[in-house]
Amino acid sequence: MSEAMNIHSGLATAHAAHHDGHHGHHKQSFVSKYIFSQDHKTIAKQFLITGIVWAIIGGLFSVLFRLQLGYPDQSFPILETFFGNWAKGGQIQPEFYYALITMHGTVLVFFVLTAGLSGTFANFLIPLQIGARDMAAPFLNMLSYWFFFLASVVMISSLFISTGPASGGWTVYPPLSALGQASSGSKLGMDLWIVSMALFVVSSLLGGLNYITTILNQRTKGMSMTRLPLTVWALFFTAVLGVLSFPVLLSGLILLLFDRNLGTSFYLSDIVVNGEILPNEGGSAILFQHLFWFLGHPEVYIILLPAMGMVSEILSVNSRKPIFGYMAMLGSLFAITILAFLVWAHHMFVTGLNPFLGSIFVLLTLLIAVPSAIKVFNWLTTLWRGNIRFVPSTLFAIGFVSLFISGGLTGIFLGNSTIDIHLHDTMFVVAHFHIVMGVASFFGMFAGVYHWFPKMFGRYMNSTLGYIHFWVTMIGSYLIFWPMHYQGLAGIPRRYLDKRGWVSFNDFPELDKMITIVSIIVFAVQLMFVFNYIYSIFKGRKVTTQNPWGANTLEWTTPIRPGHGNWDGEIPEVHRWAYDYAKDGREFIPQTEPIGENESKH
Amino acid sequence: MDIVSNQQRNRIHPHKFIMWVSIGSIVMMFAGLTSAFIVKSNQTNWIPVTIPKVFWLSTAVIIISSLTIQLALRSFKQREMNRYRILIGVTLLLGVAFVVMQWLGFGDLWSQKITFKGSGAGQFLYVIFGLHAIHVTGGIVALVVMFGKAFFGNMKLYSSIPVEVAAIYWHFVDLLWIYLLLFFIVIGGR
Repeated sequence: MSEAMNIHSGLATAHAAHHDGHHGHHKQSFVSKYIFSQDHKTIAKQFLITGIVWAIIGGLFSVLFRLQLGYPDQSFPILETFFGNWAKGGQIQPEFYYALITMHGTVLVFFVLTAGLSGTFANFLIPLQIGARDMAAPFLNMLSYWFFFLASVVMISSLFISTGPASGGWTVYPPLSALGQASSGSKLGMDLWIVSMALFVVSSLLGGLNYITTILNQRTKGMSMTRLPLTVWALFFTAVLGVLSFPVLLSGLILLLFDRNLGTSFYLSDIVVNGEILPNEGGSAILFQHLFWFLGHPEVYIILLPAMGMVSEILSVNSRKPIFGYMAMLGSLFAITILAFLVWAHHMFVTGLNPFLGSIFVLLTLLIAVPSAIKVFNWLTTLWRGNIRFVPSTLFAIGFVSLFISGGLTGIFLGNSTIDIHLHDTMFVVAHFHIVMGVASFFGMFAGVYHWFPKMFGRYMNSTLGYIHFWVTMIGSYLIFWPMHYQGLAGIPRRYLDKRGWVSFNDFPELDKMITIVSIIVFAVQLMFVFNYIYSIFKGRKVTTQNPWGANTLEWTTPIRPGHGNWDGEIPEVHRWAYDYAKDGREFIPQTEPIGENESKH
Repeated sequence: MDIVSNQQRNRIHPHKFIMWVSIGSIVMMFAGLTSAFIVKSNQTNWIPVTIPKVFWLSTAVIIISSLTIQLALRSFKQREMNRYRILIGVTLLLGVAFVVMQWLGFGDLWSQKITFKGSGAGQFLYVIFGLHAIHVTGGIVALVVMFGKAFFGNMKLYSSIPVEVAAIYWHFVDLLWIYLLLFFIVIGGR
């Protein structure tokens, strides 16, 4: 009887008492329930909503600089109304343009697709899917959100200072980022960027520690590691990547902070700015790139893996079939995690890297194609002859697979150091990483939101708006990013404000206009998604059954609107893996159901 | 099925586990810095540094403090609260002494005209040893809290977990210091 409770006796007794206190009648003040909450579900929603706010800001930035790229010769007086000197005469000024692209990258990569994606779904799904009442350390978990919030406040405030936010690109390469006299964005804005990112690193470390510990220590009875849903596995590897790579970024940023403010020369040597010869000697700018990309490459997988995990789960649930090749999925996640740490120098092929060393990184980079192909194969075979329910979450999951294939294939071009000589710093790179990492992960995130919204808020999102959202975003993404490959192959560089001055770069003005128009449409449709999200929280169709998708995993055994502690009674025991769909003539068999006597093996 | 549940019961306490994972994370941070050091030390214009004598004293101090916190943990487990209070207080003092000595060591280097100008071993030393001192200071804050609890808290649960977690961290910053010192002597002191 009390077996299930005893499992958690390893947990501090203080915790058990704490959880019991939350059952049923316990009253919570507004502040402890919605603001300084230690409930993993509330923290997840806080991450998601903050992420949505950031996504709107970051997306708006891209619309603004797309206006410049599509219509470099036109003026938009409304821009001057809103941005004053930054858009003098209705034209986006160079400093503003570089601030926009830098902040677009920083915001989307870190604040939306790291904190907003894994912060939301790791917090929400890990305890619910492994059968735990909360995270291993709920207080640290709460701190994780509030450090993220502080990081957000600092980053936002950098947008409003007179010299503007950091504007040397989201990779903040020195010497540009290290010298205040080099550009206006390298002044106070850069310091705020570093402070904000340091807070962000603390936030994601606190979160990551919790995720790893919770998954390894807090699983319910019977939930062995190989019975975990793939979502949890993906979030586990994400956390491992974050915990091991973010500290290295922090090291790099600390040295940068010293160079900026205390006169050291870790990254600086032999520099002349505006005719002034700087005294710095002996530093190496390449050192920063090594430290940055040692985080930067795993960061790509920190963004992508949660989407992969959720897509695996959603495709299996909605095609009413077991996931194809569970162990192969696990193995490929593991391989991707290991390889993620061994390929960082492929971002540095043209920095004067030793070509022999480069060839090793080419080999390791191309090796990632193997686990990626295994995953794609398994997703397609999971869909194959499935009884597919085309709800919005399924569509976004399928869209993810499509984008992952398209974007992954162009990665093979860029991963070759010789082809990279031609393609580096062109629009080809922009197209590649937006499709494979940016848009694909967004699709995973959308799939997750549509799928787990009923568990988050006890209501459904509107499906019609969901279908419109999917089709416009899907077609729009390809219309925006596919042509950029051609631009890149034709040699058009990224980050250029105005290409009219070069005859060879000025070949695609109409194409750029088209991309800009589609960007605006796609951005508007995302606003429609946000409307759908907020509207559905309050007015959406109510969930009336405990398990609306007919899924096997544990989160659907909780009450429709679970309180802090998730299960009213004991935590259920697990008897099987999460993917017993279409087995022995039954549509689905939840993980909590014991193995029957005559049951066939999967 | 039984095997699974048995394993679950014998698992390491989650808070201790969190400490081990965060140690892994801190190790990565210092690995980043020391590998940057190695890369730079192979380049031209590298200026080596001689380790000030006071760092040997601080090494002795932090090793002794590791001993006292281990004894404190033992007394806590034996419910010898008076001895525990004294030992945790001694550890706290030794920790403060360590940070002060690091500061003196920095002053010593500074007076040898090794400032923030340049990018030799000296500048790395300020950053790396400084970050280590910040981590020790974090440990000191934890010790202050535990010290306060030992005197003023009314302890109902004699759970040794917080003390164990603090001890693990303290031994870690001790080991980290020894590693960093040896690292600077072997690679930076040429």
